[in-house]
Amino acid sequence: MTAQEVRLCGLLLQEHFGNVVEKVGTHLIRSGVLNLRALAHETKLPLDLVKKSLCVLVQHGMCTFGAGRRGPAGPVEYRINCEHVFHMLRYPRYIYTAKSLYGDTGELIVEEILQRGQMTMSSTVKTVADRLTHNMPEGQSMDYSEVVSVFSQLVETHFLQRCPPLASAGSSSSGAVDTPLPVATQPTEPENHPDCYKLPYINLTGQGKRRRSSEDGEADQLRYYDCDDDCGDDGIYWQVNFQRFHLHFRDQAIISAVSCKLDQSSSEIVRTMLRMSEVTTPAHAAFTQALSANEIFRALLSSYNIARPILDQYLSLLVDDPMEFVGKTGDSGGGMYVVNLHRALANLARATLESVVQERFGSRSARIFRLLLRKRHLEQKQVEDFAMIPAKEAKDMLYKLLSENLVQLQEIPKTPDYAPSRTFYLYTVNQLPTARLLLQNCYKTVGNLIERRLYETKENKRLLEKSQRIEAILASLQATGAEAAQLTEVEEMITVPERQQLESLRHHINKLDSSENQVDETIFLLKSYINSTQASH
Amino acid sequence: MAGSRGRGRSQFSFSVDALGFGRGDSLPSSAHTPSPLYPPMQFRPVPLHTGEEVDYMLALKQELRASSKNLPFHIQAARTKTDVARYSDKYQNGETKNNCIEWSPDWSRMPKELCIKVRKPRKTVIGAKPQLTRKPKVAAGKEEALQKLEKREEEQHSEEEEDEEKKKQNEEEPDADEDYDEEELEDETDYIMSYFDNGEDFGADSEDNMDEAVY
Repeated sequence: MTAQEVRLCGLLLQEHFGNVVEKVGTHLIRSGVLNLRALAHETKLPLDLVKKSLCVLVQHGMCTFGAGRRGPAGPVEYRINCEHVFHMLRYPRYIYTAKSLYGDTGELIVEEILQRGQMTMSSTVKTVADRLTHNMPEGQSMDYSEVVSVFSQLVETHFLQRCPPLASAGSSSSGAVDTPLPVATQPTEPENHPDCYKLPYINLTGQGKRRRSSEDGEADQLRYYDCDDDCGDDGIYWQVNFQRFHLHFRDQAIISAVSCKLDQSSSEIVRTMLRMSEVTTPAHAAFTQALSANEIFRALLSSYNIARPILDQYLSLLVDDPMEFVGKTGDSGGGMYVVNLHRALANLARATLESVVQERFGSRSARIFRLLLRKRHLEQKQVEDFAMIPAKEAKDMLYKLLSENLVQLQEIPKTPDYAPSRTFYLYTVNQLPTARLLLQNCYKTVGNLIERRLYETKENKRLLEKSQRIEAILASLQATGAEAAQLTEVEEMITVPERQQLESLRHHINKLDSSENQVDETIFLLKSYINSTQASH
Repeated sequence: MAGSRGRGRSQFSFSVDALGFGRGDSLPSSAHTPSPLYPPMQFRPVPLHTGEEVDYMLALKQELRASSKNLPFHIQAARTKTDVARYSDKYQNGETKNNCIEWSPDWSRMPKELCIKVRKPRKTVIGAKPQLTRKPKVAAGKEEALQKLEKREEEQHSEEEEDEEKKKQNEEEPDADEDYDEEELEDETDYIMSYFDNGEDFGADSEDNMDEAVY
């Protein structure tokens, strides 16, 4: 784990779970694998707090545990899954995607499961139904069956999956072979479980309850205790399938890239192709299953209004495009076409790198960068000639890119002693290491954004608390019907300059939050590209 | 190294002007200080995306952040008792204790060594629940009267714990009524819970530039 990744993990854990979990989590990331006693000793926290933190982390799937180096007889060892911590940055995007695909119900289901880590189906359905009922007008309530149907849809399309079962650690089951805990280094993949996407049969009928004023504010907690009325799915927990969401985001990125580069109709064709091969393509495949043009034509929605010969023209356009989104693999059935997933990701990553260079160093530096990407190795003179930039400026830009490590220098000696007079110095750009470098920069950026937001909030803490208190007073006054004079009197407790300060603070925090979301999109793209290159090896 | 001087004499693969300084010029000055922390930017950054989707995700993010502070997963270390045990401690809000966990995980999915006592909700609350169902009408009447008398003090105390929800869908009704009811009936005392405030929080907040006078 790089220093920036550890820092970002710490900030994210602190934001969601508090300082204690942050301390435990960061220490565990830095140490790799630890057992409970060692962790408590090294963090100098009370053992109970460490236990609680580990429970929270395991519940959310960020920490895995298993038999340690001493085997099943030794203490259990824990390790943090950093990727999972970074997913916390992307929670709004997951929830928004669920909303766009499955409406408000889907949105609330995914939000509940994300916030609680793992949940049984029955408790999810009840909680979501109650929340939906809460927002409905008086007298209406949400039926459980509707929520169950949306839940089933989410499971069928693999957005939700069952949590993998644990091998029982030396349990007392008579006659059964004592299966030891899996070694901490190899967590069980949820997909290996055959029932991963099987819905349990639960008998759950009823409707969401509206929260009455007589219920106390701990209704949520109580629900954990009285949810033991057995609905038939005890012990079956569901979690969000992040990989599926990532595949969806990847498809969205490809489709929007096609629509930007070509036009709307070609993006619709690519969307259809991706939709058809959603279930048949494995997660790390380099390209989708081959689809014939006849199949694509049949699967195209009639609303797109694309005739058969037009479809063929579009397909040949897509194949000839230098971005190589679509490839032709055969001629049967009117032509067999695939979407080149890994190549598309590589091109998207390349476009990201080029745009970064352009925005930071100007368009001429970007021209040099693109040139080097295309031509691999060039001498300084050649760079000046090909880029058509005067020598002095080209040299300046090259050195600047070199100092930022975006461009590397390759020495090719003519003689065994690397004498400068007899060595070629070639400039080159390697896409993969540059992508990794930018990814680390992105992590650092998000860390800086979060720290700045915390700083801004801390500076204005008093003002924020005062405004919260005033708003609460106002809300309660309005609820019990007070006169306008009282309301204005309360409102005036915040002075005008304070109001302005609050306004600018809100504006800054919104901007910082929005930036985090946007940087996260770049992180996703670069990470997908890096993972795709590793998968193909 | 020293040998083969004769061949390929002074044939550099790069011309000297390409290096940036002519023959005999002094080398460019070396840096004596680290590069500035905030170097002036040559190009301004591109403005952020805007749009409905972006705004919705922003609202989602802020709402998630606020609500995660209220979940039992947000762990805080218990405050160590400072000096003397006080009578009011009995009536303080149940502070988190280190050896209890506030939610009940499925222990069969966790290693046995992590098992920790689950904090049951206060007996008074469960005991108060049947009372609440019997007394809502009585409480409602009492509520109205008492509210008008002590509304402001009460809500200031209970709503300091509320968080702002920016998400458009979930508009929270003020929890004042619920907190008030529970606190009133808890432990069957005649006093409001804030009566037992032992003043330890006084002066703990920042006191610089307080506009309101303190009596």
